[in-house]
Amino acid sequence: MTTLALSSAALNPAALASDWPGNFWLHWAVFSVLILAFVLGVVIIFVWLERRFMARMQARIGPNRTGPFGLLQSLADALKLMLKEDIVPDSADHALHWLAPIIALVPVLSVFVVIPFADGAALADLNIGILYVIAIGSVASMGIITAGWASNNKYSLLGAMRDIAAIVSYEIPLAMAVLGVVIIAGSLSLSAIVDAQSSVPLIFFQPLGFLLFFIAACAEINRSPFDLLEADSELTAGFHTEYSGMKFALFFLAEYGESLVVSAVVATIFLGGWRGPVLPPWLWFLGKVFAVFLFMVWVRTTMPRVRIDQLMALAWKFLFPLALINLLVTAIEVLIWPNGLPWPVIFLNIAIFLAVIPIFSRLFKLGWGRVEVPALR
Amino acid sequence: MTLRTEPFVINFGPFHPSSHGVFRIRFTLDGEVVVDAEPVFGYLHRGIEKLAEERTYTGVIPLTDRLDYISSMNNNLGYVLAVEKLAGITVPERAQYLRVILAELQRVAAHLISVGAFINECGAFFTPFLYMFREREKIVDLLEMVSGQRLLYNFMRVGGFNQDIPEEFLPAARKIIAKLPAHIDEYDRLLMENEVLLARTKGVGILPKETAISIGAAGPVLRGCGVNWDIRKADPYCVYDRMQFDIPTGTVGDCYDRYRVRVEEMRQSVRIVKQALEALPGGPVKAANVPQILRPPVGEAYARIEAPKGELGFYLVSDGGIAPYRCHIRAPSLINLSALRDMVIGWKLQDAVVTFGSIDITMGEVDR
Repeated sequence: MTTLALSSAALNPAALASDWPGNFWLHWAVFSVLILAFVLGVVIIFVWLERRFMARMQARIGPNRTGPFGLLQSLADALKLMLKEDIVPDSADHALHWLAPIIALVPVLSVFVVIPFADGAALADLNIGILYVIAIGSVASMGIITAGWASNNKYSLLGAMRDIAAIVSYEIPLAMAVLGVVIIAGSLSLSAIVDAQSSVPLIFFQPLGFLLFFIAACAEINRSPFDLLEADSELTAGFHTEYSGMKFALFFLAEYGESLVVSAVVATIFLGGWRGPVLPPWLWFLGKVFAVFLFMVWVRTTMPRVRIDQLMALAWKFLFPLALINLLVTAIEVLIWPNGLPWPVIFLNIAIFLAVIPIFSRLFKLGWGRVEVPALR
Repeated sequence: MTLRTEPFVINFGPFHPSSHGVFRIRFTLDGEVVVDAEPVFGYLHRGIEKLAEERTYTGVIPLTDRLDYISSMNNNLGYVLAVEKLAGITVPERAQYLRVILAELQRVAAHLISVGAFINECGAFFTPFLYMFREREKIVDLLEMVSGQRLLYNFMRVGGFNQDIPEEFLPAARKIIAKLPAHIDEYDRLLMENEVLLARTKGVGILPKETAISIGAAGPVLRGCGVNWDIRKADPYCVYDRMQFDIPTGTVGDCYDRYRVRVEEMRQSVRIVKQALEALPGGPVKAANVPQILRPPVGEAYARIEAPKGELGFYLVSDGGIAPYRCHIRAPSLINLSALRDMVIGWKLQDAVVTFGSIDITMGEVDR
């Protein structure tokens, strides 16, 4: 609960900033610490929530021994990881092996610079906010690729290879799906996008865009069913096979931090961000973030994992053309109604959404089957 | 400029989340595609066949528990049938019915594990697995009620059983059997139409009918190819010839077919248990003329049963002594496993894992 109190203090930046006019570095330091505390705190709650929620879905109880309702379980796990010995394989590239978790974690934290937690409560309201999110967010994959390479382990390398393939493919539908939102809002700034949703959340105007963004984002951050790079049934632990102790904890933090990023971005650009009646803005924001995250957990408990060629096919045969269609439709609509979309457009867009998905799922077959290989013996 | 590429070898196991024990495959991969797969086993070899030569005929029963340890009731059954054939012992009617009931309950429990583990290997995060364990626990409770054990029952004896089932077994069994079909339907709702599962299993790891027959595959692996072969019908033992049940078969022999066959077999097993519970006669559960130390006449006998994984056979040779002269076990897991290499070559590594899971092996049986 301390974290929540801290972040709610952070949500009055106007007051904070006016106390220290012009003191950029103090402003920067306070907000950096607050963002770090927010991410760490929410990730710890996320891990607990995911384990409890998933346990309920799987007809079991979940962690319930450490603290009330097992709330301290994540803390205990984190403590254990910090105290564990850090083992580096002899044949690993030591410098890169050390660097990889940092490369993975830092972009995740950096993304929160532009997320508005309440009205104007962002460390920096960049006018290219969403572009920044997409650009910085994909840097995290560099950490995974570095880890896969530096570990000098074949499982890690395969995991890293899969991540490269996924990141190259899914970056495109992800960005294209966001473009629809950007066209409607008329700005790349996240605050402006939230302002554009003052009456109706954009998910109603962009149902297709929401779905595409959500799928592409899940693939990009390797949430199930796209968690191929750490697929435990094939690659044991994938890219972090050779990581232990605090370095593993950093990867773990980065992974859940990415889930938090996606939840926060989805909440901001599709669900109206901090806007909502009665309750305070930060509570609305957190509520939406947790709702999106729980949806991701739900998908994880339900779906088996897709295959690597199916993953590629999904990106290029489904998401990419659908994102183009979405972009075209949105652009035409904005051209017809330049002063804001009227609400009946919602029904039109939902109709398009319901029409194109079944058509496209019939057009293509996902992936391809057996490959002819030369006989080795 | 063309970059030089070369296949690389990945060591799958012996300690791997999907290796079903201590099994190892040396995969040669070209990127993600399996170019070669070389199974390596023997990590769990305990010399059960040799140990059997040093035990009395009754003393071998606990060893058979440790073959396919998730269906030990069936292993017991296969072994005692072989000894009874060797010694010419007739088993009372009640014991025969009880054997059918216990064997079929065990089959459901074993299939629940194998289907759950198979879906896990497709990448589902334990949800179907845990649901299936919930039902398996109830069946294991039943078997514990009769034998006092939850995994290695050591319950069947030459000539029947040592003791009759407890009073509370029959009502408890009826209750669980009545609920099971609804639970199996529940799994179907979760899995049968799941797009990702269909994409991962349909058409993957096809085993042609001819190959399956020529390698001697049995059980769901063979029936998934569309071959109607079940020892319970083809060479009935106990009282299976009095039971009404169907043999589910697949069509193309892919992973999905094998999975479907197992799910359908659970339904059929429930049907058999229901009939056997209704027809269960009274009377003794052990043949009267079985001596404490059994010395079967010189000769040999082969008895086979339809174990959850396929045809489980015991070949016993007696030299007239108190221990078998030779005990050979035809382990279905091992023989089904010999199809693996042909099934996975050309597929992705992920498909290879799914195909391996769909064969459903237990290392205790492969290595013996």
